[in-house]
Amino acid sequence: MKNRYETVFIATPVLSEVQMKEAVEKFKDLILKNKGEIVYEENWGLKKLAYPIQKKSTGFYYLIEFSAESSFIQKLETEYRRDERIIRFLTFKLEKYSIEYADKRRSKKTEKVEE
Amino acid sequence: MAMQQGQSEIRYLTPPTIETKKKKYCRFLKNRIKYVDYKDPEFLKKFLNEQGKILPRRITGTSLKFQRKVASAIKRARHLALLPYVTDMLK
Repeated sequence: MKNRYETVFIATPVLSEVQMKEAVEKFKDLILKNKGEIVYEENWGLKKLAYPIQKKSTGFYYLIEFSAESSFIQKLETEYRRDERIIRFLTFKLEKYSIEYADKRRSKKTEKVEE
Repeated sequence: MAMQQGQSEIRYLTPPTIETKKKKYCRFLKNRIKYVDYKDPEFLKKFLNEQGKILPRRITGTSLKFQRKVASAIKRARHLALLPYVTDMLK
């Protein structure tokens, strides 16, 4: 059975825009290769961290919402740990109410883009 | 006669302080919010004190169910460096 997940990761600020895109592509490919589907993605851009991580005070945030088998999460997280570009990540399983919230949030965002 | 007047005046000067306690309520139940988002640090800041500590239920009035959800959302936000673990002058 497939579940809906949401993952946020923080990449190091030393990356160039192209390198950042590469990193994003890598994880998107990983999801797709493991029979997952990407529902939504959002680039938060360079944000200031609330506290330094690995002596860095800023980071690129990226959010991906996807559906995949539960066994895939472990693979994804090992991949995050192996990747030096990723300084922090969080994977979150969405349930009934959070899916509702995520859908609402997404439609709001897309509306703004269209305007 | 003068005594009586004085007494009544005293009573008038110190009226009984009527405490009108405002009833606390759980904002999640009131606004029918069912999910606490960890990606919204501005909202979660309402549940933190100046040092970035989570405020107790007796102050915010949140119901137990949502206090637990708020707490875990704050902890997730802290992990993602959206909120600080320790700080001063957050507000």
